[in-house]
Amino acid sequence: MLKVEGVSTFYGNIQALRQIQIKVKPGEIVTLIGANGVGKTTTLKTISGLIRASEGRVLFNGQDITAEPPHKIVEMGISQVPEGRCVFPRLSLRENLEMGAFIRQDKETIAQDVEQVFETFPQLKGRDRQLAGTLSGGEQQMLAMGRALMSKPKLLLLDEPSMGLAPMIVVEIFKIIEEINRQGTTILLVEQNAQLALKTAHRGYVMETGQVVLQGATDTLLNNDQVRRAYLGEG
Amino acid sequence: MFVQQLMNGVILGSTYALIALGYTMVYGIIELINFAHGEIYMFGAFVGLLLVTVLDIPFFLAFLLAMALGSLLGVTVEYLAYRPLRRSSRLSALISAIGASFFLSNLALLIMGSQPFSFPNPFEAKIYHTPLFIISRVEITVLLSSLILMIALTFFVQRTKIGKAMRATAQDKDTASLMGINIDRIITITFAVGSALGAAAGVMVGIYFRTVTPTMGFMPGLKGFVAAVLGGIGNIPGAMLGGILLGIAEVMGAAYISSQYRDAVAFALLIIILLFKPAGLLGRPAQEKV
Ligand SMILES: Nc1ncnc2c1ncn2[C@@H]1O[C@H](COP(=O)(O)OP(=O)(O)O)[C@@H](O)[C@H]1O
Ligand SMILES: [Mg+2]
Repeated sequence: MLKVEGVSTFYGNIQALRQIQIKVKPGEIVTLIGANGVGKTTTLKTISGLIRASEGRVLFNGQDITAEPPHKIVEMGISQVPEGRCVFPRLSLRENLEMGAFIRQDKETIAQDVEQVFETFPQLKGRDRQLAGTLSGGEQQMLAMGRALMSKPKLLLLDEPSMGLAPMIVVEIFKIIEEINRQGTTILLVEQNAQLALKTAHRGYVMETGQVVLQGATDTLLNNDQVRRAYLGEG
Repeated sequence: MFVQQLMNGVILGSTYALIALGYTMVYGIIELINFAHGEIYMFGAFVGLLLVTVLDIPFFLAFLLAMALGSLLGVTVEYLAYRPLRRSSRLSALISAIGASFFLSNLALLIMGSQPFSFPNPFEAKIYHTPLFIISRVEITVLLSSLILMIALTFFVQRTKIGKAMRATAQDKDTASLMGINIDRIITITFAVGSALGAAAGVMVGIYFRTVTPTMGFMPGLKGFVAAVLGGIGNIPGAMLGGILLGIAEVMGAAYISSQYRDAVAFALLIIILLFKPAGLLGRPAQEKV
């Protein structure tokens, strides 16, 4: 479904990604783990078109999307929940969800899907008119995920959904991630919480300083000595 | 007498409010002070004037056409003078804006000459008397048109899909583009709407003060900008409030202090309010960028 082929990305003169190779197959949850600053967010931004790759290609369902602008990539079926959630703070909850459905024209089904989001995230229910900026961190994460789902994506990119949240809420969010996947959305999950990410995903990639250094099925990665030492705080 | 002055202030202020909206909307989206906005206002006044006098088009139709053409000019200025500088420093864009402003007013001087033109009164010079104030037909037109435009704008920004996308874009461009919003298109629409309001203000001031000149955009442009800052730049209700307050202050200042200082009053008000509320009356104190 998604193929990142030898992608390098720069910020000015600084190279943030070095020939990244990543593959996501339909129906999978694939995770991308690594310490702070290794280039996980940059990888997602390159896929969604916010930053241009200077080398390599991004293919989505066989189509080259490397040079497409972000709004075109959303129309093709890739939706991203950015790092730090980035809800629109001075739009209401409902307006945030409506923006998630910006590319759609089908008014009635949009309204149904808003209700569906409230089913998935009951904590948001009945708070349509509240400004998103007044929600707690966990609620903002839920809203950002609901908003991303409103475009009915085939591939959902999640950037550190656990960031800054209480452990209980993180567990809840990860359950929902699995549920979203069960209902047919393919997921590329970026995380620093390697433990949880590897338990949730089917396959994983480990990044260090702009490069993919390890990859494989998550069971294998969980048992890999290097991973255990560096990311799971063992050994 | 006081109520009369208040009324005059509100009428003048409603034209400042319309101009201020253009500044504030553009600033809200691309953080640029569009100095050429005063010239859009001047352009609107000339288009209205020429349509009414040369082509003999009915006033309200001329008014709408002036808005449409003003809109087109605003979009063109954005496309030629600002868009190529989108990724440059903000200072470059600001200088380009000042350049566009001078270019347009000088172009108008070249074409129209420096003689002031007088706008014919499109209505019979009827004056209505109420117990507290008198108001002319022209004044009622200015007041009502501004009011209707402001209500329409509020509806557009608050209720329509594009209006919501505009607000989302103003809050966070990258995330807005991740919603599938085409940011370039939103910027174009913002310039179109802001410029239409500016051109509308030009026509209204044309029929209110009855003179149109190529340099007429300078002072009201500056005051519209002051009004936008007063209200909190980037804030739409703030621009409306700032414009009305500025109009009232100016008229009151002229009536009770000295008519020579009417422009000084605008800037004095700006300084005083910014001393106490640096972000403007309705502005948010600090940028909350997540
Ligand atoms: N806007 C930017 N400008 C310059 N350098 C950046 C920018 N964003 C990220 N970087 C740098 O690129 C590298 C990768 O960052 P990022 O992709 O955010 O890492 P991660 O998401 O894995 O924490 C870091 O060294 C970071 O400092
Ligand atoms: Mg990151």
